[in-house]
Amino acid sequence: MTEPAIAVRDLTRRFGGFTAVDSISFDVAPGEVFGFLGANGAGKTTAIRMLIGLLAPTSGEARVAGFDVVKQTEQIRHQIGYMSQRFSLYEDLTVLENIALYGGIYGLGAEQIAERSSAMLQSLGLADDLVGRLPLGRKQKLAFSVALLHEPAVVFLDEPTGGVDPITRRQFWELIYAAAEGGTTVFVTTHYMDEAEYCDRISIMVDGRIVTLGTPQELKSKWDVPTIDALFVKLARPA
Amino acid sequence: MNLRIVRVLLRKEYLQLFRDKMMLRQMLMLPFIQLLLLSTAATFEVKTANLYLVDRDHSVASRGLVDRLRASGRFRVADASPSMKLADDALLRRSAGMILGIPAGFERDAVRTRSASLQLVFNAEDGALAGVTNSYAQQIIAAYARELGVTFKPMVMETPHIEIRTRGWYNQELDYKDYMVPGILVQLLTLVGTLLTAMNIVREKELGTLEQLNVTPIPRSAFIAAKLIPLWTIALAELSLGLMVARWVFGVPMRGSLVLVFFAACIYLVVALGIGLWISTTVDTQQQAMFISFFLILIYLLMSGLFTPTRSMPEWAQWMAELNPVKHFIWIMRAVLLKGAGLADVARPLAILAASGAVVLTLAVRQYVKTSA
Repeated sequence: MTEPAIAVRDLTRRFGGFTAVDSISFDVAPGEVFGFLGANGAGKTTAIRMLIGLLAPTSGEARVAGFDVVKQTEQIRHQIGYMSQRFSLYEDLTVLENIALYGGIYGLGAEQIAERSSAMLQSLGLADDLVGRLPLGRKQKLAFSVALLHEPAVVFLDEPTGGVDPITRRQFWELIYAAAEGGTTVFVTTHYMDEAEYCDRISIMVDGRIVTLGTPQELKSKWDVPTIDALFVKLARPA
Repeated sequence: MNLRIVRVLLRKEYLQLFRDKMMLRQMLMLPFIQLLLLSTAATFEVKTANLYLVDRDHSVASRGLVDRLRASGRFRVADASPSMKLADDALLRRSAGMILGIPAGFERDAVRTRSASLQLVFNAEDGALAGVTNSYAQQIIAAYARELGVTFKPMVMETPHIEIRTRGWYNQELDYKDYMVPGILVQLLTLVGTLLTAMNIVREKELGTLEQLNVTPIPRSAFIAAKLIPLWTIALAELSLGLMVARWVFGVPMRGSLVLVFFAACIYLVVALGIGLWISTTVDTQQQAMFISFFLILIYLLMSGLFTPTRSMPEWAQWMAELNPVKHFIWIMRAVLLKGAGLADVARPLAILAASGAVVLTLAVRQYVKTSA
């Protein structure tokens, strides 16, 4: 087996007396779409922030694209794409200016940037407008495409479809599949349990711990529930 | 430092800077208006002081002195009586700002012993005002003394001894605009520069765009450089505009080299803007940035020697003032513009500024962390 795209061992993060992430361990294979589920406040975002080098772990280990998240943070930054919960492209720049900025940061040449920009505008059906003027769904798709611009090994998506309509969500997942087919590992958190069914494997996090992990099919039969939604309710809100 | 990434980031910063037309206008126009306004208003010049005359001599010499004071246009005899007590009351009531006491025998002493005494009493509630009025009076009295020497020459052998020499060098007419305009200009540059940089990074924190940049492989120094350079060029443009106003509106002399002024400004602005960036990397909200900036800027400006000379501060404050970049740059500006000082004359403050710049930038880069603990 090749080296996992993400390897996490006993990763823990405490804030004072509060343990946000409590000794989680899992592997994600290259090219996999991994759904990282959990209720609000379960610790998903804290875990992601540790994996992408925005937050130092309290203890434990994690490797992303083969690099250690504590000691080799800069190497990881070349290998990953990230789309945060909050839309964070520059709204006062145009679509192309945003693409040129991130392309430039990752060291793409002018030709590559021009090529990928026009491909992106075409596939997303966007004109080169100020980003602030785009509707939310388009912003999200643009943010995802920009996160993939430098063809990262792993892309982290933190609730990418929050607040967008079902049709756009559907289109968004098509983009995710396309990326995974291209060999990119996709690590995605979501609140929408129908989306969880689209993932290769999922984990469910409750109060900082991962309580179950497997393919949607495995989990449904293991816990004897008809849908992931039912499973989530069963695990996340124990009676 | 990765110059390619700096270039990419600079492009983004300039695009954002020039896209916000409102902000750009404010950055360039507001200091311009303030310079015009403050330089016209903020002057130590005292137009007319009300004088209470206690003339106990009633001689040609004493009347001559009063005439000279009056003729200068700086003094008006508000009231007169032989009583020092009444004079004190007038000072207390503020109907007079100063008392001129001429003792009996003033003329006689001046002629016989070539030395006569005079009394000047000021209401020093407003110390600056009293100081300025005093210096005017001293100049006139000194001139009168010299004049007496000339007038009475056949009778007295030497100049009578009521002379106190006060003479402003380099700014002989004590034109306060010459003195104040460069200082006010520095003050405005500091204010605008520090505030804008202080708001800059923290605004990206608030918007969430900084987090997105932090997951990319941008070197920290490249990030700080790209934040510094655009506002640095804006501040230099502001300085040029300000110097034009100083020259053509206020007629401030420019005796020294403008190249030296700009060279010093380039170094100074790294310090002023670096402090802003350091604030911006330290705080979490624009409100905090605003608060800390004002706190620091007020200390800087009030302890810069622009309003009160640093030499009259307590010793600890003078030490602190040595660390004050504003003080050094005002000093350089005045020295070069008014005295025509050269590079060698301003080398010391320039070196202090350069060292401060290096320290502040290092602090800002170190303070900017992509991984929070």
